[in-house]
Amino acid sequence: MTDQLPAIIVLTPMFGAILVSLLGNRDHRICFPIVLVSLLISLGASFGAAQEVFSTGAINYFMGGWEKPLGIGIQLRIDALNALVLLVIGSVSILTAFFSIRRIGEKNTEKTPQFYVLYLLLCSGLFGITIAADAFNLFVLIEVSSLTSYGLVAMGSSRRGTHAAFNYVIMGTVGASFYLIGVGYLYMKTGTLNMMDIRSILQSNVDIANSNAVTIAFLFILVGIWIKMAFFPLNGWLPNAYSYCPSSSACILAPLMTKVSVYVMLRVMISVFGLEWIFSHAQWSELVVWLAVIAILAGSIFALAQREIKKMLCYLIVAEVGYMVGGAWLADAEWWGLTGTIYHIIADAAMTLCLFLAAGIFVRRFNAVEISDLEGLFKKAPWTSVGFVIGGLAMIGVPPTCGFYSKFYLIRGGIDAGHWQFVAALLISSLVNAVLFFRIFEIAHFGNKPAEGHDHSHDANADEAPARQEAPLNALIPLLVSAAAILLIGLFNGQIVELIRVALEDFSTLALNLR
Amino acid sequence: MVEFFEQHFNFWIYVILMMIGLWAVIAKNNLIKKLIGLSIFQTAIILFYVSLGVKENSTIPILDHHAPAAEVSADPHHNDEPSETGNHGELHPKAGHENDHHADAHVGAHAVEPDTMANPLPHVLMLTAIVVGVATLGVALALAQLIYKEFGTLEENEVLEIIKGGEAND
Amino acid sequence: MLSKVFATIAVVITGGLLLYGVMDFPAFGDPHSPPNAGVKGGGESISQYFITQTYRDTKVPNIVTAVLADYRGYDTMFETVVIFAAGMAIFAILRVVGDNNDPTKKELSSDDALSQKGDHNRIIIGTTCRIIIPIVQLFGLYVVAHGHHSPGGGFQGGVLLGSSFILLALSQNLNAALRRFSEKNYFTLAATGILIYAGFGVACQILEKNFLDYGVLQKVLFTDGPEMARSHSMLGVEVGVAFTVTAIMFSIYANLSSRGTLKDGL
Repeated sequence: MTDQLPAIIVLTPMFGAILVSLLGNRDHRICFPIVLVSLLISLGASFGAAQEVFSTGAINYFMGGWEKPLGIGIQLRIDALNALVLLVIGSVSILTAFFSIRRIGEKNTEKTPQFYVLYLLLCSGLFGITIAADAFNLFVLIEVSSLTSYGLVAMGSSRRGTHAAFNYVIMGTVGASFYLIGVGYLYMKTGTLNMMDIRSILQSNVDIANSNAVTIAFLFILVGIWIKMAFFPLNGWLPNAYSYCPSSSACILAPLMTKVSVYVMLRVMISVFGLEWIFSHAQWSELVVWLAVIAILAGSIFALAQREIKKMLCYLIVAEVGYMVGGAWLADAEWWGLTGTIYHIIADAAMTLCLFLAAGIFVRRFNAVEISDLEGLFKKAPWTSVGFVIGGLAMIGVPPTCGFYSKFYLIRGGIDAGHWQFVAALLISSLVNAVLFFRIFEIAHFGNKPAEGHDHSHDANADEAPARQEAPLNALIPLLVSAAAILLIGLFNGQIVELIRVALEDFSTLALNLR
Repeated sequence: MVEFFEQHFNFWIYVILMMIGLWAVIAKNNLIKKLIGLSIFQTAIILFYVSLGVKENSTIPILDHHAPAAEVSADPHHNDEPSETGNHGELHPKAGHENDHHADAHVGAHAVEPDTMANPLPHVLMLTAIVVGVATLGVALALAQLIYKEFGTLEENEVLEIIKGGEAND
Repeated sequence: MLSKVFATIAVVITGGLLLYGVMDFPAFGDPHSPPNAGVKGGGESISQYFITQTYRDTKVPNIVTAVLADYRGYDTMFETVVIFAAGMAIFAILRVVGDNNDPTKKELSSDDALSQKGDHNRIIIGTTCRIIIPIVQLFGLYVVAHGHHSPGGGFQGGVLLGSSFILLALSQNLNAALRRFSEKNYFTLAATGILIYAGFGVACQILEKNFLDYGVLQKVLFTDGPEMARSHSMLGVEVGVAFTVTAIMFSIYANLSSRGTLKDGL
């Protein structure tokens, strides 16, 4: 059975989606159990696969049984790198599924089955992206997840959401098309679509590896993926799309889409082109690290200027993407930058999930869209506040949250590689996050104007115990679980980094000979 | 430089088409015109891929069952016959029915020179890409309709003004 | 104006980079280019394998269909999922749900479309289309079934079938088409199509082989060799694809033309 795990991971949510579409219209209550069961099966299969990978080695799976010659069929591959990402996708999707339960009678529940169909197909697409080992298959799965995400973003009833979704559609399609052009150029020079095969051809034929076409292929694939991950300045679609979409959609899209795109960039860099080839052009590394620095600073500064909570969080995502791209391109001798990036994929997914869940609760429970609406939050909803505070501290980078450790590894990589501008950008961004979040904590704790707090005493029980409006349980539990995950990922960073180093060893014929 | 243009004129054409499409996506104001540009861009990519698989003097990648029996050397006339006209009588070559698999293997291996048939893989990939493009276009058009319903206009600058106006009133 | 300048600059740079990459492409039509004949460091050329071995592996003369439905069947399945997701997304975005769920019960009885006042042109169009539509559908079915031997297959046939319904909606009105192919029906058909495709794959998994490894279905389909099993399974999955494409093509038209209400079409 373990050899069928890759197929199970990708296909179970798809079957779940078909079931929901067939049965959901009759009774909406059957949707959520189907969603939960299919995602749990996928998560379980991911655990199984991760265990197998870390004990025995990578799992290769050939669709249709077409193994030889390499490339006629489509290969799926689970190795140490994507086993971790699979676990992240599985966990985040289950937690958000809990958050998205609506009671019957709340507005916009008529399209619940369609929401869950798109949700499950999104998860299936993300799992598929993670384990794809064929360049064109990756494109198809990117389109599956993109199309479902367009649907999820546009489902809300806000006006600005529709316009944001349209921009998202256009930019997303242009990004995927750039990726396709890149794959076309690569196919023209190597004659195959299988990632392993392309890598071996590039390694054994130096003239192909040095040709213009391969360089342009890499450039276009990279730019296409950068559009998908909202790397500044290609991030125009992200703030509007994730701020004006329904909270449930934001909670599944924000933690996952950009991180999986970062993973795709890493996969292309490591498994298709190979790190030696990329970093043999040392000036690229310089250039990209500078771009990442700009991205980090831009994201942080824009975040500072926002009044709306979700928009602010979206710009923080832009900054985090900057961390990850910069870390991956640092090219320090012992690959701490790359380790930091991979660790940050996991950490950032947890942090973003926690913060967006909190933001979703604010909107649903308190109608709080702007930061100033959050006054007195700590008293009204202490548990929600706990979750939100942990998320905020992780963004700032306070130990023992995971945010501290990911910054630690990234800074270490930056120092090793001598890219001081990257280290400076990371520190500045931590400072800016601290300003941002402590401002929010102050408003939430003391209220906007502390002096007027006394006016509330006109109400009989205002000062001592303002009405407790705790978040509903189905929203609170995912929030607290993700907050706990932030702490656990931080506390166990040693073990996680061990596993990541194992993953990188598979790919490092590179490493130490590079300098 | 001339050979660059002459031997690769198809790529020049497709790149120019792609850039026309991309220009429309970025520069045009009307949402539907942006979508048309997107369509042109995607179609040019599809044409680009299909042209990767072209071979001189080759025919479409559909096997013609008129292929004669195994031992005869590669029959020249079978290059010219358009394979889509369905003359499918002779499914089994003269090698006799008891050796079905064996004989058919010969039909496959001997009667087909790879250089006589166009590369099938880009066609397959582009069938997928066309479908994906249609799906994306459908979703984008639905969004454009919704925008029209909510804003009353399809021009991007007017939509942005209405949004800004709405924000100022908040 | 600024956006036009910016667009021109961006486009010139992108085009320039693309053409820079084209500089060391093999010539147009070269039969020995890497896609066509493989590369020294790699394995056997994929496309040459397809051209020479497809008939031996699958007994299907149309190499493109064989690659689409068998060798790269996983891609095709997700392509079908893309179409399905698009139909769902358009429904989720556009459809106005409420108390107007049964448009066919409205007073505008569809069969009287031909007798609407002042619409004499409709008699010609309506009658002509009534004759053509069954022929289109028959041709669509032919294209699906004949995909093994001629250009065709699930997508092409499905589009033809879907367009027959669209023709009905155009020539009469949307209600006429919806009476014959209601919303519940077409979403069920779409889901069934994917279920058929994935069902073939899971059947292979139950028989202890990989997903979509059709050869093992020879025990179930009672053929005397894995090749014919592959051929028949390909037809099966193409039928599944045709179902989904038909249903979703019509659903996209219905939602877009009626702005989500499914009441009056174009």
